[in-house]
Amino acid sequence: MEEFILRALIGGAGIAIVCGPLGCLVVWQRMTYFGAALAHSALLGIALGLLFELNLQVSILGICVAVSMILLAMEKNDQVTSDSALGIIAHGSLAIGILVLTLVPSIRIDLMSYLFGDILSIRWTDIYWIVIAGSGTLLILVKIWKPLLSLIIHRDLALVDGVKESRVRLIFLILLSIVIAISMQIVGILLVVSLLIIPAASASRWAASPEQMAGYAILCGVTAVGSGIFLSFLWDTPAGPSIVAAATLIYLLSAALTRR
Amino acid sequence: MIPADPFQTRALLCLDNVTVERNGEKHLDRINLCINTGEIVTLVGPNGAGKSTLVKTALGLLKPTQGQVIHSSPLTIGYVPQSLELEESMPVTVRRFLSASQPLSDLKEKNLHKTLALVGAPGLLDRPLRLVSGGEMRRIILARALLKKPDMLILDEPTSGVDVSGQASLYALIADIRDEYHCGVLLVSHNLHIVMAATDRVICLNRHLCCSGTPEDVRAHPQFVSLFGQHGADALGIYRHDHDHEHNLSGEVCHESH
Repeated sequence: MEEFILRALIGGAGIAIVCGPLGCLVVWQRMTYFGAALAHSALLGIALGLLFELNLQVSILGICVAVSMILLAMEKNDQVTSDSALGIIAHGSLAIGILVLTLVPSIRIDLMSYLFGDILSIRWTDIYWIVIAGSGTLLILVKIWKPLLSLIIHRDLALVDGVKESRVRLIFLILLSIVIAISMQIVGILLVVSLLIIPAASASRWAASPEQMAGYAILCGVTAVGSGIFLSFLWDTPAGPSIVAAATLIYLLSAALTRR
Repeated sequence: MIPADPFQTRALLCLDNVTVERNGEKHLDRINLCINTGEIVTLVGPNGAGKSTLVKTALGLLKPTQGQVIHSSPLTIGYVPQSLELEESMPVTVRRFLSASQPLSDLKEKNLHKTLALVGAPGLLDRPLRLVSGGEMRRIILARALLKKPDMLILDEPTSGVDVSGQASLYALIADIRDEYHCGVLLVSHNLHIVMAATDRVICLNRHLCCSGTPEDVRAHPQFVSLFGQHGADALGIYRHDHDHEHNLSGEVCHESH
């Protein structure tokens, strides 16, 4: 096997493992569009990072965290984070990001690789990033898993039981930002949310407990990454869309098998 | 209204001159109210009277703009919200939902079975929570509250979709629970037509406290009549819970003719 494929498989699997449980939380909280807004704003992070010569991972993470904080503050002020607010943030930051990238002459990048990802060019240093950030994320996720589940099942009951909502939600949003920042390299901004959502949605039909659903989501995600990379190699198709197409196939298969 | 030392008189939780304002509008206006051990208090009032606001304030989910909520300490509150709408993709069983109320690991399997049987929902432990019916869900939420061994129960009745016989049997259950757990009960009734007779005090709320007293007293109270009209006052049915009867679903509603 060529080494670049091995790297792609390891990196992609690492991301799928983190995306599994986190994606379940996104699905349970109906935050698909929220995740999309975060992912879109990542492009603004890239643009600003390139403009001010910052580390890209850090500037993406910074923008994602900033956007989550804005959305969290809006929620707190009883302004429900409406579809339109999320849409404005998502598309506004995407557009401004693209403008900065094209207008500043010193920046020369391949926009397509940010929009759709470039997993086949992943380097070992990227994989170290994924392993470190990914395992850190999973460790913290274990800590907030139970209180977060209580909040999702019934917010007021959880609050009466003493769950610290703001803290738990804040940590969750930071974790989500981290995962989006590391996975957008693999599947790109436009497809990153699908790696969170589709495996989790495929798993929900089979699972008997939240933990089982997270486990199955990991399984679906890793399978999608593996088969997507294989197809991409076989037919010379772009890897990101191949992975997402594979995930979608898995979802359809799961839906067909569990039809009642 | 509040005694100098409320906790000498077995008060569990008191709202002391509580005002809640939102966007300049008073949702609760100088409410003084105490709930005592072993007492069942039923809260009635028209739509928008601030019943839910009062519950949220009592639970500590809302901060009063003025006044304060005082409670005996430690106070364990078992809260039974109107309903629970579970996200469809969330795979939790009844067992999982019930054990979540107890952070300590002393939760005994036996205790779970016993409590579910007590609330009249036995054998549901391994059922996915998204598959239980509305009536079963009410009982399961009640069981979850009871597993905390509460000093006080706060029940918010569903606004709609309650059938009379199911409601009557739930009232019987609540009266029994009060006797067995010696807890105070605050019951928020959105259905004016039935108030359980085991109610020690009916509180009529219309942003401020209109009147309070035994169910019979309140029905005759001029404030109550002016709020709901004579027709509404006449329609206030008092569900009498007979302690000798078997616990089945045949609770009768007492309609008094005027």
